[in-house]
Amino acid sequence: MLTKHGIILTALCGIVSLLLCLSPVHGASEQFKEKIYKTGILKPIDSKTHLKVGDMAPDFTLPSVSGERVSLGRYIGQKNVVISFVPAAWTPVCSDQWPGYNIAKSFFDKSDAILLGITVDNIPTLYAWIEEMGDLWFPVLSDFWPHGEVSKKYGVLRTDGMSERVLFVIDKKGVIRYIDVHDINKRPPLEILIQELEKLTK
Amino acid sequence: MFKKIIFILAICALTYYAVTVHAVECPATGEAFPEVTLSVPENVKEKNYLGLENKGSFKISQIKAEVVILEIFSMYCPHCQKEALLVNELYNIIDNRQDIKEKIKIIGIGAGNTPFEVEVFKNQYDIPFPLFHDESFSIHEAIGDVRTPYFFVFKINKDGTNEIIYSKVGTIEDPEQFLNLILKESAKK
Repeated sequence: MLTKHGIILTALCGIVSLLLCLSPVHGASEQFKEKIYKTGILKPIDSKTHLKVGDMAPDFTLPSVSGERVSLGRYIGQKNVVISFVPAAWTPVCSDQWPGYNIAKSFFDKSDAILLGITVDNIPTLYAWIEEMGDLWFPVLSDFWPHGEVSKKYGVLRTDGMSERVLFVIDKKGVIRYIDVHDINKRPPLEILIQELEKLTK
Repeated sequence: MFKKIIFILAICALTYYAVTVHAVECPATGEAFPEVTLSVPENVKEKNYLGLENKGSFKISQIKAEVVILEIFSMYCPHCQKEALLVNELYNIIDNRQDIKEKIKIIGIGAGNTPFEVEVFKNQYDIPFPLFHDESFSIHEAIGDVRTPYFFVFKINKDGTNEIIYSKVGTIEDPEQFLNLILKESAKK
């Protein structure tokens, strides 16, 4: 009897998880048509960062899609920095996150901040993906090789090799002022980030 | 044993819920647009544009118009960003035609956008018609999780019902031609 129920339960759980995986992508942009890979619902957070507000942001240098190598250090003393790690190119939520930042440039300017977008994808993949989004005003950096090294340095590399969907706000002294390791399945609301940026100029 | 049965029933209910929730299809031409409820704009000009009097909320069929053009957009969608200028142009064409400006109204609903995000979009493109937010995706789910931008055009009948005369994903391409198409379709029925 117990085993029979066990089987029924397993089957039902299977059906439910299948349905959850098949759930449609909310608010998908027509821009990408059928090119977006359906990831299904992923484990919301799959890492634990050792970094906390008040820590110095670890320095790094990464290649950008435009060809130059970008270091965090170059902005110290010059600009506030927002780092937006997104899990992967061609996935549902990510494809609709950076185009939003693209029309929010004035908020970054007002807070004297620069945005750095980072994924663990390689440059050619990022190039094709960004082309699809249109021109982005901020550098997009590839944390592909050694794979996820910077994501790991920031404690946001997932066990599946992607990074979390996370925002770090770093002030001009290089101190981390805000960390949002977000549910990977959801987009962080823009206003929260803007509010954090505004705090830096107060 | 009893607990197990309850558990199984709960899972069945959840499965049923999942099936029904995700089975919503996008309303097509000839059908009615779901009677969604939106907040009355605080902006007086926008409130007047929609012909609304009270505060609080309103149903879309209460919009004072014969035809409503409704865009489902997202601040985050690059195509919607490009589309914004075309829809503004469409608004201006209608606004300059005395014979139709009171009859055709445009609104936008930001799928998954917070009020702040809708405001950023509105300011970025100087959008002259009312935009609403659908932060929880509840409207978006009720219309079959369409891609953005998506355009619905529906006629509001005298009895308060409505009928969709255009339901399509993607750009309106040419505002002038799009308006002609809408005028033609609305005259048919």
